[in-house]
Amino acid sequence: METEADDVNRAMMLDGNAVAGRFAALFGAEMTTSLTECASCGQDHMMGALLAFTHAPGVVLRCPSCEAVMIKLVETPRGVYLDARGAAFVRIAR
Amino acid sequence: MNLPLQWQLATIAAVRSETPEVKTFSLHLPDWMRHRAGQHYDLRLRAADGYEAQRSYSIASAPETEGQVQLTIEKINDGEVSSFLHEVAVVGDRIEVRGPIGGYFVWEAALGGPLLLIGGGSGVVPLMAMLRHRAAAGSRVPTRLLLSARSYDDLIYREELDALAADGSGFEVFYTLTRSQPSDWHGYSRRIDAAMLATVAGPLGRTPLCYICGPTLLVEAAANGLAEIGVPANRIRTERFGPSGS
Amino acid sequence: MANEFVTRGFVGKRQASSATKTQRIPPGQHEVKDFPVLSAGPTPRVALDRWSFTIEGFVREKVSWNWDEFLKLPAQQFTVDIHCVTTWSKLDTRWTGVSVDTLLEHVELDPRAAFVTAYTFEGYTTNMPLPDILNGRAFVAYEYDGLPLAAAHGGPVRLVVPHLYFWKSAKWVTGLRLMDKDRSGFWESAGYNNHGDPWKEERYTGD
Repeated sequence: METEADDVNRAMMLDGNAVAGRFAALFGAEMTTSLTECASCGQDHMMGALLAFTHAPGVVLRCPSCEAVMIKLVETPRGVYLDARGAAFVRIAR
Repeated sequence: MNLPLQWQLATIAAVRSETPEVKTFSLHLPDWMRHRAGQHYDLRLRAADGYEAQRSYSIASAPETEGQVQLTIEKINDGEVSSFLHEVAVVGDRIEVRGPIGGYFVWEAALGGPLLLIGGGSGVVPLMAMLRHRAAAGSRVPTRLLLSARSYDDLIYREELDALAADGSGFEVFYTLTRSQPSDWHGYSRRIDAAMLATVAGPLGRTPLCYICGPTLLVEAAANGLAEIGVPANRIRTERFGPSGS
Repeated sequence: MANEFVTRGFVGKRQASSATKTQRIPPGQHEVKDFPVLSAGPTPRVALDRWSFTIEGFVREKVSWNWDEFLKLPAQQFTVDIHCVTTWSKLDTRWTGVSVDTLLEHVELDPRAAFVTAYTFEGYTTNMPLPDILNGRAFVAYEYDGLPLAAAHGGPVRLVVPHLYFWKSAKWVTGLRLMDKDRSGFWESAGYNNHGDPWKEERYTGD
């Protein structure tokens, strides 16, 4: 079995910066410096610092502290689905 | 950036080889917008049957270079976007792009320092934008770059970095070659570790502003190493890219 | 207008399949030779001495197997085509595992059981109508191409439901929960189809 160091899924992991364009297009604002709180462990992080898994049917953003799923983003022909049930809040700057 | 991000058609104005696997593409943009060093552009390619591929690439040029952006792109084995750009795209071709994007991994002269930049492979690209911006803005913030590459020939921007380090503005560069080294090599020859970071970061004091960009495993190693030598987490910003070049 | 711009010379890394194989590639899919790894998170480290597989929910009595017990269940070899919703298909993949039919012989289904949620070690879920995992259409696999299933591909065991898009074939699966109602899983609750038949291109909610 692979060790953590050669986990291909971890090696393909990006961060919130990598999906900044999609979020900017969606929210009409730069989102990587937006503060968000993990609903599982309560830690606050900037969106740009979340762990991003993009080799998947959608984008999955996880908490860098506890790795719980915070946000899912799926773009479909009929709309964009944003599942943020793992985030206690996302602060969108004025 | 408060307007919704729009796609625009950029024209490839120039292509330059940096290393055997890395090229810099200069793009002319009809709607050029001043970026912040460290930001990126999204590129979108579309085939005749509608198939699309999209990737993000860091901006290499300084914000002070107006009307165009330079993207330095490594050719990834099996990477359908980077292979297309390296092997098919030529000067005059048009490519859909949107940007500039991002606000988390950016540095502006006004943010000050001291500045510690750590790059792995083509992770040096956004750091180069920061260094070019620093030079263009006349900043003399004490700055050190630690750049890791497989071999001497894989060091992107080496001549420009050496020239910047010799200009007396307070910038120093350190290289580590992890796979092979020239016979007269005086730099480091191993993966980035806490001991190396302590040596490079030491003269910058306890709380340098740190930017780390590279493959995930290098980013994790460098961030953990900085934590080990006592750099506070809120002074460290990271940007990971994967082996697939997405 | 930008939406219709075609990049000169770009075809992507998709390859054309031979005529006989083309009939086996569902609409909107292309054939790959490698086995792409997709994941919504890091690979979980599953210790075999603490591993178990459970069937629960709308059954008279739930049943669990530990690793040794699971390996003693009658296994079969399966050669199937798989189709990922991200548009790749891989033909003639070879697996060894236990048919879900075999597993269900160990429980008595509640007559209200009509759907199933497969759940996994690290919290992923996916839902299907019960008939989609019966009659030889689904199995729990622990070998791929003659070798123990790699962790990155879902080892020690993954569900394989080849007639549905591959996100239904949950990696690191540790149980099946029988349900009276359909309940959307990890991707299904975020815009992906509750059924996911590649031949009908049931990719997204509303397809």
